[in-house]
Order: sequence, then structure tokens, then C-alpha cells
Amino acid sequence: MAEQVYFEDINEGDEIPRLGKNCSSQQLVMWAAGSGDFYQIHYDKDFAQSTGLSGIIVHGALKHAFLGQMLHDWVGEKGRVKTFGCQYRGMDYPNQDLICRGVVTGKRGEGGENLVELDIWTENPEGQKTSPGTAVVALPSRK
Amino acid sequence: MTQSSIITDEMRAVIGQESEPQTVEVDRTAVRMFARAVGHTDPVYFDVEVARRRGYRDLPCPPAFLGTPVFNPNQPPRSAYVSFKSPFKRILNGGTEVEYFDEDICAGDALTSTSKIADLSERQGSLGPMLIIRFETTCRNQKGKVVAIIRGTGIQY
Repeated sequence: MAEQVYFEDINEGDEIPRLGKNCSSQQLVMWAAGSGDFYQIHYDKDFAQSTGLSGIIVHGALKHAFLGQMLHDWVGEKGRVKTFGCQYRGMDYPNQDLICRGVVTGKRGEGGENLVELDIWTENPEGQKTSPGTAVVALPSRK
Repeated sequence: MTQSSIITDEMRAVIGQESEPQTVEVDRTAVRMFARAVGHTDPVYFDVEVARRRGYRDLPCPPAFLGTPVFNPNQPPRSAYVSFKSPFKRILNGGTEVEYFDEDICAGDALTSTSKIADLSERQGSLGPMLIIRFETTCRNQKGKVVAIIRGTGIQY
């Protein structure tokens, strides 16, 4: 795991370490079981196409969980993910690179915590932000 | 030319109504399964000793994991929300936000969740008229403390 990040080291505009994903259809099945979302558009190609989709698509909630992993890995053992969310604007597909990214948009102290605000998103190979959103995390202070 | 609203008074009446509480269990197998499915590598989600060394009472929940609702095939299927008769057959997930509070959520916890429709709105989209539903689910732990609030958006079309 990476070194612990501290509130004082973070500046507005900083990009946090990216998290690269590429889901196999097998991973989508594992996610269906892990999340309880068994909607067939995520693993049954015929069903997906019957609803008008070109093929099976990645669960939106899995993309949200990917962004959560990116934040968890960044804040480290002493940090805390407080709020994170995203909108599922664009579809993402299996066997395709999906990059999770985040940029610091603000810092503030509140309720005794050192809070960092971020824009977060998943990005497809065309550079489109398929799941844009925001997050608030708490980081430890060096003081 | 004005478009008549697809939102009926019947639909509006469900806004704010809390569902029956749903029992949600958090156990180690489910934590590991969720963490594995996402691709987490932090051992805190898999190794109880690591979790305890870091101060957790058991495996903590990965971000966005809030336990497994208890399923029972012998009980009538229940809707997660106080719902309404919708003219639309198709639904898409529009987005999710999870807000956490002071208490950690760990394997061994028993949560109770209640849900409501917080808002209904409509839009004309490329697929025709769309109903936008904003849901809110409040999760409380066995001590009655709110541990998370999930805000979701459903798009019916």
C-alpha cells in the first residue's frame, strides 16, 4: 500500500492516483452475487440486446464501488471516506479499459476533521466521463 | 404546446412515506465476496487479524457495501420502497451517493434500513418521457445509530 497522505500535503487541483479497471464478464457475475443485483442486462447478452442495448453493460453500482476503492486506497489507514457519489451518465462495457480518476476541488476544516472535497469520475477509452461525481474524505493532519 | 405531466397525484402521495424496516446482515463472507468482486487488495477487507490490528472490531465494510438484506422465499416479495403504479416498464439506475457517519460498519453488525421516495420529477429525453425518482435509504445499526444514508436515482422510461 502507498504511504499515508496528510491534509497538509494536499492542494486544490491535485490529481489523486488513478485506478485502472477492465471488467471481464466473469467479474460482472461476481459483482451480481456480491451486490445482489441479478438484472440480466449485466450478464445475459440476448436479454441485454432485447432491451435495446448493444450488449451487456457494467453495473452502475460497480463503477460507484470502483470509485470507492480508489478513494479508500488514497486516504490510507488514517483517512476516512465520508461521502461519495456519482451519476451513471454513460454506459461502460466489459473487456474495455475503465479508469477511475479524482481531482481535489477544496479543503476545509469542519467538526474537528480535515476534509478534502474531490471531483471523481470513471473515464472510458474515448476520454468520456461516464460516471461523474463528487466525494468528501477526511485526512489525518501532521500536527 | 404543453405536455401533460406523467406524475399523478397517486404517485406524489408516496413521496416521503417510509417503507417497513428491512433487516440487513453484515457478515464476513459477504464482506469478502463484495471486496473480491470489486477488486480490493487492502487486506483489511479479507483478514480479520489485520482489521483488528487497525482498530476495527471485525472486517469493516468496503465503500458502498452496506450488508445483505435478509431474503426469505416464504415471505411475499416486498418492494424496497412504498411504490406506485408506474406507466413505465423499463428502469435504469441514474446514480448513487453514500454518506457515512461516525460509526464504522463491520462484519457482525445487524443493520435495519428504511427507504422512501424523496422526490419525483420528469424529463423529456432521447428515449421519450422519463420519470426521475430520487430514493433515500437510511441504515441504522444494532445500537440504533444511523451509520449510512444512501441516495439513489432511478430513471423509468
